[in-house]
Amino acid sequence: MQLHTSIENHTLVINLYGDIDMSVTENLRSTLEEKLDNEPVSNLLIDLSNVEFIDSSGLGVILGRYNRITRSGGKVILTGLKPQVRNVMELSGLLRIMEEYSSTGEALSNIS
Amino acid sequence: MATSNQLTIEFSSLSENLSFARVAVAAFASQINFTMHELEEIKVMVSEAVSNSITHGYNNSPDEKVKINAVIQGQNFHLEIEDYGCGIEDIEQAMEPAYSTSEERMGLGFVFMQSFSEYMNIDSVPEKGTKVTLSKSAASNTEKNYVTN
Ligand SMILES: Nc1ncnc2c1ncn2[C@@H]1O[C@H](COP(=O)(O)OP(=O)(O)OP(=O)(O)O)[C@@H](O)[C@H]1O
Ligand SMILES: [Mg+2]
Repeated sequence: MQLHTSIENHTLVINLYGDIDMSVTENLRSTLEEKLDNEPVSNLLIDLSNVEFIDSSGLGVILGRYNRITRSGGKVILTGLKPQVRNVMELSGLLRIMEEYSSTGEALSNIS
Repeated sequence: MATSNQLTIEFSSLSENLSFARVAVAAFASQINFTMHELEEIKVMVSEAVSNSITHGYNNSPDEKVKINAVIQGQNFHLEIEDYGCGIEDIEQAMEPAYSTSEERMGLGFVFMQSFSEYMNIDSVPEKGTKVTLSKSAASNTEKNYVTN
């Protein structure tokens, strides 16, 4: 897995590349926590357009960040879900509590 | 193709092996009429079961072994994922959605395995280990729809 982050419109934008399973969750969790500790952002946007696989370990990391962000009134937004990623996201219930857009550009222009 | 085929792999309890395990099993399963979508579900089942063996069964100890046995019979696919770890005290409780023994976990591993299979069984003996058995059929897929999906 690789990741790329940027900050736009009070939002930490994270682009993930590769498979998100238990072999990368430690790294993903600590990277996200460090960014959220140090950057003045309210929202988190996760771009999954380059992710072919995610399992419950990966969903757990997203849920953990969701809890943190929403506690301080922010939003977690997902973009670029491939069908197999959407399948597990839907089943997990995460899609019901997070916002989803088809592209990062569209999501950023909809953040108030 | 022969109507019966079998695969056994055993590997160290390292999370680096997750990707290899799910790709190997999905490639093996692709010999029968599974759609791409179903092969993706098989990858999730393998990933969930192996992750559980590593984190829960072995408490992340890297020197243990996880074994996978897969069998194709006609258009049926059977999968066993086995560890020799701590076992599960209360299987019914472990299978409840969102029941998890650790923080920051969704408790969805068994939920995914159950949703993506037609049959799931958990055999577990405390201090001896755990074997998860899963079956999935490709029989309803015609030649045509598995090629185009
Ligand atoms: N191979 C195993 N050995 C010992 N205990 C296990 C094993 N597999 C599962 N368990 C127990 O069953 C519980 C439920 O497993 P399940 O995969 O559904 O959720 P989880 O692993 O806790 O969370 P998630 O899979 O969402 O990260 C685990 O928390 C653990 O206590
Ligand atoms: Mg699990």
